[in-house]
Formats: sequence, C-alpha cells, structure tokens
Amino acid sequence: MKKTPPAVLEQVAGNGLLSRRHLLGVGLAGLGTAATTAAFGADAGAVFEIPGWSKQPGPGSSGYGAPSSHAGNLQRQAGAPNPLYPGGGASRSPLQHLQGTITPNSLHFERHHAGIPAIDPAQHKLVINGLVRQPLVFNYEDLLAYPMVSKIYFLECSGNSGSLFGNNAAAGSVQSLHGLVSCAEWTGIRLSTLLEEAGVQADARWVSAVGADAASMGRSVPLTKAMDDVLLALYQNGEPIRPEQGYPMRLFVPGWEGNISVKWLTQLKLTSEPSQFRDETSKYTDTMRDRRSQQFTFPMGAKSVITSPSGQMALTRKGLYQVTGIAWSGNGSIRRVEVSADGGRSWADAEIESHQSEKALARFRIPWQWTGADAVLLSRATDSTGAVQPSRAAILEERGNLAQYHYHGIQSWGIDAAGAVSNVYV
Amino acid sequence: MYKLSVRTFFGACALLTASLLLQSATAQSVGLGIPVTEAQLQAFDLIVGPDGSDLPEGSGSPLQGKIIYEARCQACHGLNGEGTIDNTTLAGGDIHSETTPVKTVGSFWPHATTLFDFIRRAMPADAPKSLSNNEVYQVVAYVLYLNGIINQYAVLNKDTLLTIEMPNKDGFMDQSQIQ
Repeated sequence: MKKTPPAVLEQVAGNGLLSRRHLLGVGLAGLGTAATTAAFGADAGAVFEIPGWSKQPGPGSSGYGAPSSHAGNLQRQAGAPNPLYPGGGASRSPLQHLQGTITPNSLHFERHHAGIPAIDPAQHKLVINGLVRQPLVFNYEDLLAYPMVSKIYFLECSGNSGSLFGNNAAAGSVQSLHGLVSCAEWTGIRLSTLLEEAGVQADARWVSAVGADAASMGRSVPLTKAMDDVLLALYQNGEPIRPEQGYPMRLFVPGWEGNISVKWLTQLKLTSEPSQFRDETSKYTDTMRDRRSQQFTFPMGAKSVITSPSGQMALTRKGLYQVTGIAWSGNGSIRRVEVSADGGRSWADAEIESHQSEKALARFRIPWQWTGADAVLLSRATDSTGAVQPSRAAILEERGNLAQYHYHGIQSWGIDAAGAVSNVYV
Repeated sequence: MYKLSVRTFFGACALLTASLLLQSATAQSVGLGIPVTEAQLQAFDLIVGPDGSDLPEGSGSPLQGKIIYEARCQACHGLNGEGTIDNTTLAGGDIHSETTPVKTVGSFWPHATTLFDFIRRAMPADAPKSLSNNEVYQVVAYVLYLNGIINQYAVLNKDTLLTIEMPNKDGFMDQSQIQ
C-alpha cells in the first residue's frame, strides 16, 4: 500500500483541536490509518470478495419506509409510564445518532399532557373567538385552500436540559440530557391570515390557544408574536403532522418554548390579558432566589451541545475525530460556535452549516485529535443578537437552582484515558 | 392649536388608510371561515381568565367538595392534598422556605381562576371534563379550604371566586414585555 506523507496539522486550540480547514480533508491523509486497519482486520493483504447481498435480489419497494436495521438504535427515549398521569410525559430525540439539522418525524421529541388524541380531521374544528369582529370556525379541508409557507424551525421544550440545574452531574447521554429539542420543516398558514379574516379588535393583546387533547392544554400567546411569524402548521417535513405532534394541526411559535406551540389546536381566543393557564403559572415558570418567579419567558436562549462525542459514548482508538453538534437560538441565527477540548482554557471556531439559520438548528463540526489523555469537550454558541451561551456557573449565579426551565448553559463532556465520555461539571 | 389640528388631520388620514388597507386585506382573504356566535360556543369555550368574566353559573362549598374530592381526586392527591408522588401535592408548602419550596395551589398559584379553569378542562386526569360546573366549584372550594385560603362555610360562585386573593399573587414577574 502507498504510504501517505506525514500530516502537517494546524492546531487551533489546546488538547488537539484542529483547524476547520482540515474538514476539507487538507492534511488529514494518514491520520485514519489505524482505524481503517482495525475495521478491516490486521491483514492488509486481505482479498476482497463480492458480498452476499450483491448476489441475490432484495425485497421490493414498500408503502412507508423504515430505517435500516443496521442503522443503530434509532429510537426516542421515554420515561416509564405513570399510571397517575395517563398519556403524560415526554420522549427524547436520539441526537447522538443524527446528523445535519432536520429531525426525522418518527424521532421528533414528544411532550404530552394527557396523551395523544385520535382526531378525525373531518370532525375537527378550529374556532377563533373573543375580541374579534366576527367569530369564525374553520374546517380542516377548507384550511388546505389557504396560502401556506414552509419554514425550518427548531422546537425545544423549556424543560430541556433541566437536570443540569442539579448539584451533581447526572449520568446520561446527549439524548437523555438534551433530547427535548428537534428541528423540522413546518408548512402551514400564517396565523395572521386567519386572525385578520376574523378581524382583530383594537383592545386585543393576547391569543389564548387551546388544544383538543384530554387536557385541553392552553397557552396565551402575545398578539404581536401571533401576527408576526406564528404558523398554523399542517405539515411536518412534507407529510401531514404526526399525531404526536398535533395532527391535524398545531400552533407553531418559532423560537419560543415548545409548550406554547399548542398541539391539536382547536381554539384561538383573542383577549386583552393572558388567560393565566395552569401551564403558564404553576408550570413553565422559573423561581428565582428571591422566590419570585419569572413568567412568560418565551424565547429559548442561545445554546449548543456536542452530539458526538457525547455522554455514554466510548472512543475506541486514539487519533482523529470529528467533533460535531447542534446550535440554536430562539432570538435569531447562530453566528459562531466555539469548541474547547481542554475544559474551556482555549477555544477554536467550529465550521457552521445551516440551511435556514433563523430559529433553526445549525450543525457545527471541527476536527480533533485525541491523544489518549483526559479531555473535556465544550461548545459555546453566539447568536445574531450577540448573545453568548453562558456557562452553567453563570446560570446558577444569575438564577439560582430553584428554576427548572430554560436551561441553556454550556455542556461539558469529560473523556477519560479509557475513552469513556460522560457528563461532567467544570 | 394649529399644530394639534395638523396632527389630528394626519392622524385621521392614517386611520383612514389603515381601515382601507384592512378592508383590502379582508377582501383578499380566502374567506372560508364560517361565522359562529359566542352563544354557540358556550359549551365549547372553557377558558376562564383572571377577570372571571367567563366563569359559569353554579356554586359550591368545601363541604360539598370534600365528597367529590374523596371520590375523584384523593387517589392521586392524598387525603388532605399532601400528594402521593411528585407533582400531585395540592396543599401546604412555603415558597419562602429555606430549602427547595414545595409548590402547591396555596404556596404558588397566583390566580384562583386558574384553579377553576384547570380542573374543569383537565381533571380528574383519568376522566377530564366529567365534573359538572357545580362540582368544579365544589372541588375548587375544597382545595382552597385545604390550603387555608377559605373557611369550610364559604360558598364559591362566579362572583365570590373573584374576591379570593391567592397568597402568592404578587410572586410572578411577567417577562413578556407586552404590558
């Protein structure tokens, strides 16, 4: 075999972080040799043969596709059902197995307050009432005739990453710790189109949105936001919204805490004050040190997390790795993601890739050479407003640890000499 | 005065323009929404906001509520609202406690109307919307009684519910920047 020349690598930060330009392959030849040899066996002289699947026809096409059985554990992760809370709970996206920025519909995170209603769209109604010129009801089939837009947006539960408020670093994967975030292309009708048809009265300030689930989950949305970029979403990644995401229709409130994007939407009531629903008073509020609680904390802060290497993974060899992860901000786009391999002593800029940056996931990547020594990998996002993702310590300093929601601190993944990756506090 | 009248003139022009724009927007809308009346929506619209204007007729006392509570709520929320597992504690707690506060209706919820709204739309968890409006008033009364907010003889209805001051009513900071 042809011997590759020694690589000339540009170190950009401590403990093995390499320049983004190496993502293009520049200078990396040879670094993967150890891995390649391991994968194909030590015998470099192995004779290649035609594999069995190339010698007989496979099954034909299918009505609705499924992932390869070899494609890893592509499953959402849910807690055990609680008999006192029928249908309640959440499931988390397997971020460690995903690449790019779009979450497949089957893997989009879920959060239900009383299970998934089995809605017949022909029987479903969307009512607009309250402070409007004319209360209206819309049928599903009629709504399909309205002008629609398609936008790529992340959705994050405000309880995502909440265990990081805890005093001890919880054992877990990026899925179990941060998997309440997903990103999809949502297609639907601008809510302003429907509200204008009903005629918004001058004293209306809020829109109370109610779902058709057994909890009739309700949230109050400021009218300014409702008239800005909120959608009545009907499609998710091209197909009708999945039942667990609100079929046949959901509110989609870009960039804001997930709970306000009310699923199975059945009512929009224009009001002068917020309705003070249970899920915007008792829940989804953050109690500060002085025991007052922040309410209506809507946009999700600038945030990033490394998805690989990440918690409960194991590095099986020394050498080159692609550190990659996702970054997002409810206030705009991701302008910068920095990565550290030495616990925050030095940082380097990662390459950012995004199809549509506003309120959508961005993918970042940076090459890293693991020497086999202890390392702590961090990522830090900066958004288009200039907001920099804070450290965990800064969040605790500002908010104390009584808050449960809206955690967007820097995640630290510790890597020990054996290559085991775990959640650590630095 | 002159300046004021000019401003008024421009103001009137702006209003006229806005109303013309609104009319043209309305004219261009698809217009497939079907007109309904609020009366048609009376059983459908369950929202009870903090001004209480949408509270229904009916009434209930803690003593009446105890019967409903023991039959429909106690299995999850405990005999006296002490709860059975996480997030089922209804009574007690102190938001100002030295340790992590137990958040309950009494220690945390800022509006009594939220209690009516939530119980009517979502409780009991195994059979939401199975309580009559009278029964909702009764259970609301009992939960407030368990929290020491009303006495056992109080009667709640659409007027008296609005007079209740929740202990933590000033405990929230609105981050929405709307008001």
